[in-house]
Amino acid sequence: MDLTTSRSTLRQLHTHAARNGEPGTVTQTQEERLAKGLGWFGIGLGLMELVAPHQCARMAGLPSGHRPLIRVMGLREMASGFGIVTQSTSAAAVWSRVVGDMVDLACLSAAFLSRRADRSRLTTTLAAVVGATVLDVVTAQQLSRGVKTRNGAVRVTASTVIDRSREELYRFWREFSNLPRFMKHVRQVDIHDEQRSHWVAIGPAEARIEWDAQIIEDLPDEIIAWRSIDGAVIDQAGTVRFEPAIGNRGTVVTVDMEYRLPLGTVGAAVAAWFGKDPSQTVKMDLRRFKQIMETGDVITTKGQPAGREESTSWKYDRAVR
Amino acid sequence: MKANCWYGKRDMRVVDVPDPTILNRHDAIVKVTSTAICGSELHLYNDFVPTMEQGDIMGHEFMGEIIEVGPAVKDRRVGDRVVVAFPISCGHCFFCKKELYSLCENSNPNAWMAEKLFGHSPAGIYGYSHLTGGFAGGQAEYVRVPFVDVGTVKIETGFTDEQVLFLSDIFPTGYMAAEQCNIQEGDTVAIWGCGPVGQFAIRSAFLLGAERVIAIDRFPERLHMARDGGADTINYEEADGYDLLMQVTGGRGPDSCIDAVGLEAHMPGPLYYYDRLKQAMMSESDRPIALRQAIMACRNGGTVSVPGVYGGMIDKMPMGAVMNKALTIKTGQTHAQHYFKPLLERIGKGEIDPSFVVTHRMKLADAPQGFDIFNRKEDGCIKIVMTP
Repeated sequence: MDLTTSRSTLRQLHTHAARNGEPGTVTQTQEERLAKGLGWFGIGLGLMELVAPHQCARMAGLPSGHRPLIRVMGLREMASGFGIVTQSTSAAAVWSRVVGDMVDLACLSAAFLSRRADRSRLTTTLAAVVGATVLDVVTAQQLSRGVKTRNGAVRVTASTVIDRSREELYRFWREFSNLPRFMKHVRQVDIHDEQRSHWVAIGPAEARIEWDAQIIEDLPDEIIAWRSIDGAVIDQAGTVRFEPAIGNRGTVVTVDMEYRLPLGTVGAAVAAWFGKDPSQTVKMDLRRFKQIMETGDVITTKGQPAGREESTSWKYDRAVR
Repeated sequence: MKANCWYGKRDMRVVDVPDPTILNRHDAIVKVTSTAICGSELHLYNDFVPTMEQGDIMGHEFMGEIIEVGPAVKDRRVGDRVVVAFPISCGHCFFCKKELYSLCENSNPNAWMAEKLFGHSPAGIYGYSHLTGGFAGGQAEYVRVPFVDVGTVKIETGFTDEQVLFLSDIFPTGYMAAEQCNIQEGDTVAIWGCGPVGQFAIRSAFLLGAERVIAIDRFPERLHMARDGGADTINYEEADGYDLLMQVTGGRGPDSCIDAVGLEAHMPGPLYYYDRLKQAMMSESDRPIALRQAIMACRNGGTVSVPGVYGGMIDKMPMGAVMNKALTIKTGQTHAQHYFKPLLERIGKGEIDPSFVVTHRMKLADAPQGFDIFNRKEDGCIKIVMTP
């Protein structure tokens, strides 16, 4: 089996995309596409700086006479660009763009001091570079955090091996009122009936989010799939699968979630800025699920003594809540 | 209660903090009767380990009496006298079931951080940065001990604290280092670093059948203690360690080499300043000077065992030597719990009295001073034991 491609052919269960009749044909995430776009833009801009430094300087409102410097900047711009378009995981290359942006900003600020500079053009250039910097930072951060947005929906997968039988794990999970014990941002799940439930969670900026969900597939000891009912603030769908680990080593639990935040990619970026990194959150949730199933408890240091005002270490824990 | 807390580089203070309470169902509270300063804590003291927070309670070598147990505790009772293992281990996960306790999958609530650094997280450790869970340590009057059934050994008979205290870390650590060498009859074992772990590695190598142990350090009192333990010694400031090792092994090299030094290694000459500089420029986190030498000196097909602590990235790793000489490298945080029973038996039979390593005894209130003299290797300091 080719593990590289089988990832993208994971069952596209009941996701929004599938419902809209666009099954998961898009293999590139929005973050990756954005990064590639930035990469090609960088190559283009770099090429211009390289072959026509004089014209570039005039357009940007820079004082003339810095041709070698502009050519070097162009080369740097192109190097970052090539890094992004040639690598499959391009977070580091996008971060190198951020470093380049800082250099650009510093040079442009220095140019303001020159009498020969065209201030109004320079201001426009500076604004453009600030804009590009923000885009670069957000893209780099999303890539670093493994945020994957497809068709406007964030997709998160995580798995863990738990030394318990499929039956035990399925039973605990299927009792949805258990979920807040290990899903840190889910405060409460009320069961309406066999299919429907009401969820309360804490979202970005401590906002309270509520939605109704329904089960759309339920194979005892194997799989549970759910999705939010139309009209929910967070349109989401998820599956949890329980498969026997090879070598009789317990059960592999895989969570596959997809959700649309209001404003799509921007919403996902905003959420990440507020410390709700979805892939990390799902990973930590699964880790806590494992702790409960294997040890009966979620291990914590919250409430332990320390020689400081704020009594414990949980800011490290909270960083992923 | 009083506790010794970290406040920054070479800044420890004994301050009043709230008493610990039961936070998980399998916790116990232990009233500390003896606690020690570990050499690996000097890496925290010198601020080489990231994610320390002002006010973190130090200490991962301690023992005492259980005064409270959580509702899920099965095999320990109030009044039990116990030694506590430094790694925190759940006893139920894949690794704990294999008795690889320092790799417990469930005991580090901040595992995500260690995963970013190492790919996977080791177990939680008391008082050893937030990377390993940020658990409050044992240089205090009371400690919360998670998974107390798994993490402690009951001391039934009449041993003194100093005879059994080191089951918490340095004795099993030195022992595991020697055990990893798979010592055969007639073997020569070379050990870099004669601090407390090195001392236990020397004695453990003999317990496991080594013919000859060669110990390398530069402090006279440490070399003296090594010779007391039966080792031949090399002062690396007076002679080239590699040359001398080759001379005494007929050019073949020691059968196994133990790096009991770790990331703050020292050596005369330019290579040391090269690593020091790279460390200062943050392009290398650890100075692998002893490790490089151990790899170069080890005989073909031999074993390099690394109990010394490393935290990040090293530079100029002689991988060519490792590959072409068919070396085996074995390492790891100690699975201390795995060694509780066999080592307590050895102490009981009189094969070893671990209290030999203690050079200084003081009150917990003097812990900052203890760290200072231990760090500067002043006053012949090798191991400090403190009582509350």
